Amino acid sequence: MAKRTGNGPATAESMATKQRDISVSEFFLKNRHLLGFDSPRRALLTAVKEAVDNSLDACEEAGVLPEIAVELEQIADSRFRVTVTDNGPGIVKNQIPKIFAKLLYGSKFHRLRMSRGQQGIGISAAGMYGQLTTGASTRILSRIKGAKKAHAMAVQIDTKQNKPAILSDTEQDWRPTFQAVNAAGEPDGPPVVSKHGTSVSIDMEAAYQRAKQSVDEFLKQCAIVNPHLTLHYRLALQTKAEPAAAKPEITAITYHRAVKEMPKIPDEILPHPHGVELGLLMQMLKDSESRTVRSALAHDFSRVSDQTAQDVCTRAGIDPKTNPTRIAHHESEALYKAIQDTKLMRPPTDCLSPIGEEQILAGLQKEIAADFFTAVTREPAVYRGNPFQVEIGIAFARPQENEGVGAEEPVRVLRFANRVPLLYQAGACAMTRAVIGVNWKSYGLSQPKDALPIGPVVVLVHLASVWVPFTSESKDAIASYAEIIDELTLALQECGRRLSVFLHKRERQLEAARKRSYMELYIPHLALGLKNILGLTDKEEHKVVGNLKKMLEKTHLDL
Amino acid sequence: MSKPVVSAPTVVSKKAASQKIVSVAQEIHADIIKKHLKPSMEFPIRSLQNVKYDVKRGHFEILGRTATRTLSYNTVKTFAQSMRLLATTKNDLLDKDDIAGKREVYYNSKSWGECRFDEQPESDTLLDDIEAMLAINREQLGYIPEERGGDVTGPLVVIDQDPATGKPIRIDCTKLGSGAWSIPSRVEHLRFEAGKAKFILAIETASLFQRLVHHRYYERAKCVLISMSGVPTRACRRFIRRLADDQRLPVLAFTDGDPYGYCNIYRTLKVGSGQAAHINRFFCVPQAHYLGVTPQDIHDYELEDATHPLEEADIKRANDALKNDPFIKHHKEWQDALNHMIKLGVRVEQQAFAKHGLNFVLDTYLPDKLKKARFLP
Repeated sequence: MAKRTGNGPATAESMATKQRDISVSEFFLKNRHLLGFDSPRRALLTAVKEAVDNSLDACEEAGVLPEIAVELEQIADSRFRVTVTDNGPGIVKNQIPKIFAKLLYGSKFHRLRMSRGQQGIGISAAGMYGQLTTGASTRILSRIKGAKKAHAMAVQIDTKQNKPAILSDTEQDWRPTFQAVNAAGEPDGPPVVSKHGTSVSIDMEAAYQRAKQSVDEFLKQCAIVNPHLTLHYRLALQTKAEPAAAKPEITAITYHRAVKEMPKIPDEILPHPHGVELGLLMQMLKDSESRTVRSALAHDFSRVSDQTAQDVCTRAGIDPKTNPTRIAHHESEALYKAIQDTKLMRPPTDCLSPIGEEQILAGLQKEIAADFFTAVTREPAVYRGNPFQVEIGIAFARPQENEGVGAEEPVRVLRFANRVPLLYQAGACAMTRAVIGVNWKSYGLSQPKDALPIGPVVVLVHLASVWVPFTSESKDAIASYAEIIDELTLALQECGRRLSVFLHKRERQLEAARKRSYMELYIPHLALGLKNILGLTDKEEHKVVGNLKKMLEKTHLDL
Repeated sequence: MSKPVVSAPTVVSKKAASQKIVSVAQEIHADIIKKHLKPSMEFPIRSLQNVKYDVKRGHFEILGRTATRTLSYNTVKTFAQSMRLLATTKNDLLDKDDIAGKREVYYNSKSWGECRFDEQPESDTLLDDIEAMLAINREQLGYIPEERGGDVTGPLVVIDQDPATGKPIRIDCTKLGSGAWSIPSRVEHLRFEAGKAKFILAIETASLFQRLVHHRYYERAKCVLISMSGVPTRACRRFIRRLADDQRLPVLAFTDGDPYGYCNIYRTLKVGSGQAAHINRFFCVPQAHYLGVTPQDIHDYELEDATHPLEEADIKRANDALKNDPFIKHHKEWQDALNHMIKLGVRVEQQAFAKHGLNFVLDTYLPDKLKKARFLP
């Protein structure tokens, strides 16, 4: 082979010099949109969301009624400090760096269990975003139950190796403290001090805006869908006036819990064979601790008995006693096909923890001023071997008393996956599509073609699943699996029927009131005519009016 | 021609009319106060469905069917308006001996707040209802019609009164030059002298009336000419009736040869209408006969090329009359005439005789018809 000149085609050797590990930070920066950090505004929301998700998951797992404080402090024109404090169980010292400063580390990826976070990428990604945009480290305070002191740590990610770097590590006499505020934003009672909990603080480039996709909206929806949560939110914005002298503009709000029951802690389940892809199947066989394929199938998957495992092996033409770690590629492919062709029991569905109809009603009632509420929790169902459960809540709101709802506006759809509000990509979401797909006209709402119905209605949509099928890693929208759309549609229709009963009743009442006032308009004239003809006294005239009105009431105007 | 005698309408005194309103109000008041009932008012139904052709009396007589308006959501506004209109009628017209036009009634209601009439047809209809309910025609309640009553010329002296002094005023209807005397809205007080007249000729169109007046046809034929200008008003009918009764004159009608001329103009003149069924006995001219233009005249006077095709509305009108009009249903001759017209498929106007010369109508047609004296009933 002739020696190449500098401008010639690359050789394997020359190419090899350019091939190297891609650092996580590089990957992150190039794919920030996948993780929800594509704009400063969205980054702020994502950071809050990841921290609150983690806090809620931790509290519930530890059986603690969650109390969370979210504080946003504008520290420069385009820079915010996000601090989220919870009363959770706290984090043991040597886990803190890994949880907050190592991507893809967590307790949730390796199991099939319903939880808010799934991949263990969220909070550390927020920390890394802060680190990349401001250079500041993630600061953690955590106190474990019974500990004498709290750990205080500042950590960063070693972006080359995806390893945590600990910048400081001290002990402090810190306790999570929560100050409730009243409607005017002033302190309401003494602060509540918890014996344990965690606080994480991240500085980041960010922008704050009040709108449908704001932190404010996210937290309000959190309060609706987690009626067992008490949430304190404090926002401190810099004012445009003299930077030195100006006081920050403070907004504070407390969402109180409406119920004291904790959600049921969801059970962990083994993967169902029908929900496992070929690659994962191969990985699971390789990692199996069983000594035979038959036993691996029976023990590492749900709904596979010894007999079923035997049948699957026979169908795939594999000796059931083969060591699972020694299955060849073509054999695993045959196995995969055999599994797909075998009828299996549906996966267990008691592993899900729906919000529940009563709790949905409680959540809606405390945050939305409405004349009618209803909620439906469907029985669990299955898509691709993953159990899921759909819930719908509907509130017919009073437009003057609620922001964002109006008699002439499209209904507001609040979307939740495993109790986490979804604020972006509504149009791409199966939940929105299901709402649009229902014929609301038959339930008394007007509805333009292929669009959301019109009316002062809040529609809460919740999907609970051990594995929520998001359309992307930024976890904005639910994929449109037919099974999920079907369940959503059935639940929406049930709520729609109840709404229609309410609307009809309301319509009748309005009609009756309208008729009554119309009649009361003319009754005095009738009486006046009689008075003029018969020369009645004023008293007699009033008696005529009174009698006629009484008559109307009695006959309910069904004259 | 026979000269039937028809008794004059009962004149209701203002006091009696006023008392009638009071008794209606008393009943309603008693319903509300003593019986604790939803009050109601009862009206005779005013339509062709609720009349029969009383051959002996010679007019449409109302049948017993009534409609009851009970106070309800749908009727409350009309109910209240009825009470206020009755109060106005009693207090402002009857008790004060005043008069009011239909349009004045409409404007008067503008002071009633939300009870006001939005359009005049509302108040007109209610006035008709009240008239029917009280069984007293609205002229006697003090309401004067706004339309003109019709024009009169011929060998007739009308004796009217000076409204201020009550002195008699004599109007000689031959001495009005090229004009004519207009029938007033109230005719009950008029007296007549018509010794030279042999009959009354009631004409549909003003232009033909003008031609007859211009050529002083009334002298030649010794008749009183009356222009009705379409369907005769109540005053016009009443005037013809009183004049015919008083002077024992036969009445002949001369209209366009079309279903409207037969079934609306002539039928109403002779026997009254469904709308005013409750008062037809005053406003009809049972002694009237029909001169023309008949469908047969089209052949007899060679008018085939001076006709117009019947329009859909004409055919519908004719068929409706054949099916529903008690007067047409009673007279075979009229059924034959209408069927003849439908078969011909054409209508003919009074002016069509001009085909044979402008004065053919008075030189040939009318004398010819009068001589033959074969009139439709």
